[in-house]
Amino acid sequence: MNFDLTDDQEALRDGIRAVCEGRFTIERVRGGFDRSMWDELAETGVFSLLADGFGWADAAIAFEELGRAVVPGPLVWGVLTHGVVDGVVGGLERPADGLALVEHPDAIDVLVVIDDGGAARVDPSSFADAERLDWPLDFLTPVARVAALPAGEPVADAATVAEWRRQGAVLTAAFQAGIAARSVEMATEYSLARKQFDRPIGSFQAVKHMLADAVVRAEVARTAVHAAAVTLDDPDVGDVDRAIAGAKLLAGEAALKNAKTSLQVHGGMGFTWEVDVHLYLKRAWALDTVFGSAAAHADDIAAGLPVA
Amino acid sequence: MDLRYSESDEAFRAELRAWLAATLPQLPAEPAREDWPARVVYDTDWQKRLFEAGYAGMSWPKEYGGRDAPPSEQLIFLEECSIAKAPYVGVNFVGTLHAGPTLIAEGTHEQKERHLPKILRGEEVWCQCFSEPDAGSDLAGLQTRAIRDGDDYVVNGRKIWCSFGHVGEYGELIARTDPDAAKHRGISWFILPMDLPGIEIRPITTVLGSSEFCEVFFDDVRVPAEQIVGAENDGWRVTNVTFSFERGTAFVGEMVDAMRLAEELSPYVQDPAERRELGHVIAEFDALWALTKRNVSRAATSGDTGLGGLIMKLAYSEARDRLCELSMRVLGRGAFDVHNFYVEERLRTLSLTIAAGTSQIQRNIIGERVLGLPRERQWEPA
Repeated sequence: MNFDLTDDQEALRDGIRAVCEGRFTIERVRGGFDRSMWDELAETGVFSLLADGFGWADAAIAFEELGRAVVPGPLVWGVLTHGVVDGVVGGLERPADGLALVEHPDAIDVLVVIDDGGAARVDPSSFADAERLDWPLDFLTPVARVAALPAGEPVADAATVAEWRRQGAVLTAAFQAGIAARSVEMATEYSLARKQFDRPIGSFQAVKHMLADAVVRAEVARTAVHAAAVTLDDPDVGDVDRAIAGAKLLAGEAALKNAKTSLQVHGGMGFTWEVDVHLYLKRAWALDTVFGSAAAHADDIAAGLPVA
Repeated sequence: MDLRYSESDEAFRAELRAWLAATLPQLPAEPAREDWPARVVYDTDWQKRLFEAGYAGMSWPKEYGGRDAPPSEQLIFLEECSIAKAPYVGVNFVGTLHAGPTLIAEGTHEQKERHLPKILRGEEVWCQCFSEPDAGSDLAGLQTRAIRDGDDYVVNGRKIWCSFGHVGEYGELIARTDPDAAKHRGISWFILPMDLPGIEIRPITTVLGSSEFCEVFFDDVRVPAEQIVGAENDGWRVTNVTFSFERGTAFVGEMVDAMRLAEELSPYVQDPAERRELGHVIAEFDALWALTKRNVSRAATSGDTGLGGLIMKLAYSEARDRLCELSMRVLGRGAFDVHNFYVEERLRTLSLTIAAGTSQIQRNIIGERVLGLPRERQWEPA
């Protein structure tokens, strides 16, 4: 047992971080997702990690970095459907009530729709005329309101979808852990630079304790994500569904709470469009709704425990 | 990242399990919580059995009778003991986990020879005399004095929260040997024989009605000068050397207990909102168990648990607090009876967010050491 990052994993982390810092700067991120981003990520090998012999633990490390840089796009689906569907792929759970909120409707080549029975590919031309929200919560996640998604063409069976749900939860949780970690850093940097009453606001315990709680949440969540990813790679070491549920729950909560903490520490500046904090908070809200919310995962964990 | 135990780890686990299965049924009945003479007998008997089987001093170097086990085996030892409901370390706590490691790091040859074998064999019980009524979170502000007079130090003052003070034969004493020095610099660490004239011990009754802590009063107590550990006035550093001995395993037994308690509470949790809370706290404990493995892994490779070690105490004690609060709500008026184990647990664990660094002090430490935030300005009298 050595539950620390290997040298190769540290190198992978540093490599993806360097790519993000070099190519996915916040200025570019603010321009929104497009095909060139997808192509560059594909070229970096992010989508083909599993096909290239890496494990889910490695993929989680990569997605933490994408989360830190708050890179937009249907990136998780790029990994899940690699080798199954070509092009820029988006995806979602088929909604029970018929109305679907399709993310990145104008940037994707294919929409993969999953349900308990399997996965189907839907041509975006089928919702070309659907209403686009002119004011989406996360302006980097544009959304179309599609009244009725077509059945589409089957591309994967129920067993594959079950795997995609696990894998998607791990990668999304990793991205959320990245949001949580970067939010603490941004808030800490601001709390050192911002002076009130002639001293950095980070010296005040009221602020310091918020940041301490935030870094604890980020680190605990990150560890949970790593444990879930390792268990997905090697299911003998634990209860994979419980590990994944815990990771998505804790990472989702850490992303939300830490982005919110960051906004509070940034004070009035945190309330502005100009400062990047809201990009993290809004993405955190958006990501809690996919691959199981924190609340749904808590319920699932409890459902696995003894009852009277 | 790998969560698989090695073959030698698994062999150790199997051997330990077999020993626990054979040994635990032979133990005498556990004494009543407040029957301290019987508890000393029971706890030291367990320590002696551990010693004879080669499981005493898992982290201690071999030359002092320890096992010098790799951190993964220390983790397995604590995990298996807790799963098997083996006796708690009890009155051996201070000796085996704090005083012993301090002597290993800082004691003279004579001090080591005199005390370490007896601590490991369960023949010597230790207590801790650190906190004072006016020195809690600000421990270095302690005022108990030990002033050199001939071959002795003369100790005057008062200590509080002395774990096992009324049953300890020896105490870890920190006292001010240079009243004029800066507060961290004028402190020394002593091996204190608890039967010296001038020592008065009064048990403290906790919210649980328990008396494992005492107040200790010193009235011109003459401690022989050779009882000092480390150099005079270097006691603050000596006090802080023990933490590396934990190798990331500090809360393993507690964690295993907490996870079991959460699972055993489950059948009584019927309200959907409370079941959701239970699921949440289970996720937290699972994550902290993973963090324990990370800390142990880091201790094995670099000797330092880093950020994970610093956050463990805060994260664990706060999660345990949430579990206990949930259990009280689930019990409702069933919580009126402290014989209910969950109620006793709620009362006992109220100390977790206070003892050995309050959660607020932990947040200061994390804010300052991990995040690099400045200390808050010193208070100035108006």
